[in-house]
Amino acid sequence: MTGTFVGMPAFPVAAREALGDTQLRHNLAHATGVIRAKRAAVVGEVDNWEDLRLAGAAVKERALTDLATHLEELERMLVAHGATVHWARDAAEANAIVVGIAQGHGVDEVVKVKSMVTQEIDLNGALAAAGIAAWETDLAELIVQLGGDLPSHILVPAIHRNRAEVREIFLREMGGAGRPAPADLTDEPAMLAAAARAHLREKFLRAKVGVSGANFAVSETGTLVVVESEGNGRMCLTLPEVLVSVVGIEKVVPTWAELDPLLRLLPRSSTGERMNPYTSTWSGVTPGDGPQEVHVVLLDNGRTRALADSVGRQALRCIRCSACLNVCPVYERTGGHAYGSVYPGPIGAILNPLMQGTGDKQVDSLPYASSLCGACFEVCPVRIDIPEVLVHLRSKVVDAHRSDTVPSAEAVAMKGVAWTFSDARRLARAERASGVAGRVMKRMFGVTLPGGRAASGKLPGPDGGWTSARDLPAPPAESFRAWWQRVGRLGRQGGGES
Amino acid sequence: MSARDDILAAVRAALADATPEPSPVVSPVGVVPNDLVGLFAERVADYRAVVERCSVADLPARVAAALPPGARVVVPSGLGLDVPGQVVDTGLSSAELDALDAVVTRAALGIAETGTIVLDHGPDQGRRAISLVPDVHVCIVTEDQVVADVPDAMGRLDPSRALTWISGPSATSDIELDRVEGVHGPRTLQVLVVR
Repeated sequence: MTGTFVGMPAFPVAAREALGDTQLRHNLAHATGVIRAKRAAVVGEVDNWEDLRLAGAAVKERALTDLATHLEELERMLVAHGATVHWARDAAEANAIVVGIAQGHGVDEVVKVKSMVTQEIDLNGALAAAGIAAWETDLAELIVQLGGDLPSHILVPAIHRNRAEVREIFLREMGGAGRPAPADLTDEPAMLAAAARAHLREKFLRAKVGVSGANFAVSETGTLVVVESEGNGRMCLTLPEVLVSVVGIEKVVPTWAELDPLLRLLPRSSTGERMNPYTSTWSGVTPGDGPQEVHVVLLDNGRTRALADSVGRQALRCIRCSACLNVCPVYERTGGHAYGSVYPGPIGAILNPLMQGTGDKQVDSLPYASSLCGACFEVCPVRIDIPEVLVHLRSKVVDAHRSDTVPSAEAVAMKGVAWTFSDARRLARAERASGVAGRVMKRMFGVTLPGGRAASGKLPGPDGGWTSARDLPAPPAESFRAWWQRVGRLGRQGGGES
Repeated sequence: MSARDDILAAVRAALADATPEPSPVVSPVGVVPNDLVGLFAERVADYRAVVERCSVADLPARVAAALPPGARVVVPSGLGLDVPGQVVDTGLSSAELDALDAVVTRAALGIAETGTIVLDHGPDQGRRAISLVPDVHVCIVTEDQVVADVPDAMGRLDPSRALTWISGPSATSDIELDRVEGVHGPRTLQVLVVR
């Protein structure tokens, strides 16, 4: 697999391939199990966790429902603090702005803080096309970049790799990108982290331009916030002369005080810590400290489309903690690549269709990549009702395909069912036929469900997909209406009401 | 239309049905610990930082003991303390900082519940780079700087200054979600809590 999600197959196809990879399933089950336990422990020690969730949701909701006002204020405050503000409608515009800034300083490399939004717009690709190397400095991003791989998790993009695989990638690839890994490298995580430290240090020290995203942007004060663990963020935000931060317009938080619940919710939900090792906040240029040229690119790229969906709008509250991925029974088995986007898991299954719109086969498959079990909503620190949005998006996907020239098997079946159910005689005939089918199935397949009911094995033809992983219960030999005619009428006659 | 006007117009059109909420959200209360400083020390130590409590009189000796022998130590101009091997920061380059072994700073405040130290990079803490590049960070926090929880800290911090919140030494969980201390930031964090 190499660095693009473009042309990925729809979820069921990609998921089938992922499910066949036993190493992947082992890595994922281990990692998600560890993080679930850590999160549960630190969330459990907060007495008013539910109040915090309500407050976190309310803060982001307040930001979104008056977003234009807050964005104008953010711009005003950033400019007042010496930053240059750019606006980008889409990925191409944002990339052109960042490439232009880098070229303006004549650099052939930039150092990057891990950022979902620059993954979303494939900034690295755009920089590479302009002859500028973008060095990922987060450990997991480095593993993904060196391995020519794709991210598979919001927080830990290399969650699909175990320590032995990471060691191999470092030994093989680090030399080509700079300082090689030590020859005696073991697969101890501490040794691997030390190799990354040594490899990246020279890049941090010489880089002229740093690129970041932001976890939050406080409009009242023009403050950007980056939450991280390793210190690579601090390096990129502090050492270069020029800093460019690409910020999605939904990152706005109205006031400084309203950051509070979010800073309490994010680390516990994300890495399962009371607080992450490092949080940096800065408002434009700080004289004599850090980059003296600061740019902020405010990006739409589908966010206003999501905002216009009154049910789906809540997805823009997301603070990218990835708790929903870690608890999702689908994600735990398929991993992130099957979702075909930098935003995988339950949140990706709603964000991608909301931001890109329906109509594309791959995107349209995502709202169905869920059992609607609701675990994601329960852990979401900003209370995004993901199952509600999934169901809403399924209806939009169905609507989007109503005028397809070749209708789906499901649409044909539903049409047939509607025709049958709308007429009592047609229904009676169908019930008699299904009774016969039920008796035949019982003899033919010999599959019995718990409780004794007969079922089919895998069916051929258009229904084969549905039955490939499910048993189709055999229809009952006698319908309710037939039973009522036979027994109910007799019962009434013999009931002796008078 | 410019990208700015386009985006703002699209935002306004998308929110035609929404009702803005003018009042800020009131934060839920934070924890109120019995032993504020004790909790702070315990929570900082939880991140595998070294925590010691001492008196003002003991501080110079404790700082010296916390530093590696013979270390060259960068200090901010307003530290208010003489440190063995000190190099006062006068705008050292990144490479020069990288050649030094340790840094000693004070702090703006400490948060007990989360075991966090916040630097606002005033004269006794120095610019951001000096507490980042050297591998050992000795940080002095006074007991009266310790607050209970995050909401208490927000009220005392000035967002127009660059702030760095530090909770333990640099760490990562990126390999199998196993926490490992020591990546790019200082791999050793020693906190001295002064009475």
